[in-house]
Amino acid sequence: MPEKLKWKDIFKQILLQIFLLAVTATVMFPILWVFSIALDPRNIDKPLELELIPPGASFAAFHRVLFEPYKLLCKNPTDLSTCMTFPLLLKNSLYVSLGTALFTVILGASAAYAFSRFKFIGREAGMIGFVAMLMLPATGTIAPLYVLLSQIKLPGTGEALRTTLLGLMIAYTAGALPFSIWNLKGYFDTVPKELEEAALIDGATPTQTFLRIVLPLSLPALAVTVLLGFMSGWTEFVLAWLLLENPSRFTLPMALRSMQGQFSTPWSDFFALAIVMSIPPVLLFFALQRYIVSGLTVGGVKG
Amino acid sequence: MTTIPFSRKKRKRTPEERARLWRETRRAWLYIAPAGVVMLIISFFPQIFQLWMAFTDYRIKNLRFNLFDPSTWEKYAPPFVGFDNFVKIITSSLALENYNFARLLTFNVVWTVANVFFHVVIGVAIAMALNEKFLIGRRLYRALFVLPWAIPGLITAVVWHNMYDDRFGAVNQLLAVLNQHIGTHFPTDIKWLIDATPPIGGPLSFLPLAFYAVLIANIWLGWPFMSVVATGALQSIPSELYEAAAIDGANGWQKFWKVTVPLIRPAMVPAIMLGTIWTFNNFNVIYFISGGGPFGRTEILVTQAFKLVYEQRLYGVGAAFSIVVFFILLFITLLQNRLTRATEAYNA
Repeated sequence: MPEKLKWKDIFKQILLQIFLLAVTATVMFPILWVFSIALDPRNIDKPLELELIPPGASFAAFHRVLFEPYKLLCKNPTDLSTCMTFPLLLKNSLYVSLGTALFTVILGASAAYAFSRFKFIGREAGMIGFVAMLMLPATGTIAPLYVLLSQIKLPGTGEALRTTLLGLMIAYTAGALPFSIWNLKGYFDTVPKELEEAALIDGATPTQTFLRIVLPLSLPALAVTVLLGFMSGWTEFVLAWLLLENPSRFTLPMALRSMQGQFSTPWSDFFALAIVMSIPPVLLFFALQRYIVSGLTVGGVKG
Repeated sequence: MTTIPFSRKKRKRTPEERARLWRETRRAWLYIAPAGVVMLIISFFPQIFQLWMAFTDYRIKNLRFNLFDPSTWEKYAPPFVGFDNFVKIITSSLALENYNFARLLTFNVVWTVANVFFHVVIGVAIAMALNEKFLIGRRLYRALFVLPWAIPGLITAVVWHNMYDDRFGAVNQLLAVLNQHIGTHFPTDIKWLIDATPPIGGPLSFLPLAFYAVLIANIWLGWPFMSVVATGALQSIPSELYEAAAIDGANGWQKFWKVTVPLIRPAMVPAIMLGTIWTFNNFNVIYFISGGGPFGRTEILVTQAFKLVYEQRLYGVGAAFSIVVFFILLFITLLQNRLTRATEAYNA
């Protein structure tokens, strides 16, 4: 009897491994192809056959992308020293993405807590208003947004909010909030109310119970919110192209997009930068992986 | 949205209750205010402006119209045209090449249903495989399988577009490798995104080869999300339930339909609704992989709206398009909500 069971388990294990290795192959195929092109020395011409390590493979494209100025992103196209470099692009991108993540998690958690815990006038209308924004395409809203953000002048420099990274950060936050509020509310709903009631009896204020009890218990959902906020700031470029003016404020996805020429694209450089750009979000996903599974409730648990 | 209870008791509140309600209301809106202000500026106000634009013939010269500068009002305000834009959209009488609203909408719905179906089936299957006891390499697989989701969407879209290139693309090159090593005879010059002859005839002949190409790319992109949601739900099923089912003589298939499906359902339903909304409006994948081609046959509503605004400069019609998309999505969501309620197995 135990002998038979064991054979069954081994058979099952083999089947599972075959299935999962096949899935791994499909997942890795495009990724490995990107690596092989990034290593290819031909840059503009693309290889005509499939090779994991192309002839004459080198890290030249990575070197160019990381250390040479971006000639398409310069204040003064004749002066290379006014061009953007990788460290500057990275700094802008990190600033925007981390700022978006921080704004999203703070504003999102605070609003989601109200929707989860308080009974108040306008609760349903408010929730529907936020979630409806998931369904409304923003295609036509860019023109009014442009005008509106141009109107708001920053105190001090008198610059329009539109042309600053702070403006971009706020715009991305608004984009990430509907899903975040929905997801966080779903998670807060699962935190037992009794814990807060006990704290309230002990004399804590509602703000204290929110900060000291609900938030620490909601770490997975907060991690998911941070992750999604970071991702939206890290990858967006359409809005960035339309709003920003000064090349010194450009971000990494804009640099990537600028490489795609009308007639030719330096593919090795493009894919090398794409790989470099994928590293931070992938690392963040790995770091937060154990939270993602439990933190994605998508509002499904209860009402 | 699906979770808001509409059961309000109709009875007079006592003064204390009313005072309490007001206190709670004030406190709640204080919590919501920061997010509310940001949404007001970035989302709600432009959306209301968009709603107004949808009823006007807003063109490029009207971009000088500035709500905050009265001197521009008279000169640049766009003419009001009522429901003209909507009528033009729905009756397919826009001066656009290859524009047909019925086909566009059908394609958009077929695109969404096909994607969400494969995302859920593949996502749940892989989540179940990864959830098996004694699986070797579980952590490694989990880490690898999150990659399609973790890599920035713009990058994956551009990569897939290039993979479908007929000469340089990895897909045709892979077919060549297969031909060489296992003796198959696949054609290796397939114009995945350009060929307009439908691979499947009959009722599916409105779908060009590019549809299947983009579908494969988006399945690659989309299943990990569903898999993660399903994993969370699977892990919360107590193993005693399966043991009890085994004692009652249930086979694997019965365990799946009687235990697994009903118990992951509460988590999957909202994920499916969200997936539907995202896929319906998945601009990046369509725009950067097929670009709507060939001949606009893989265009979805949002890519069409984008082209109206950025290629034709028809801002008013583009705005009307967004409103149409909103109502279609609202209808689909309400319908899904109905269907899921009607087929609900039990109330947790």
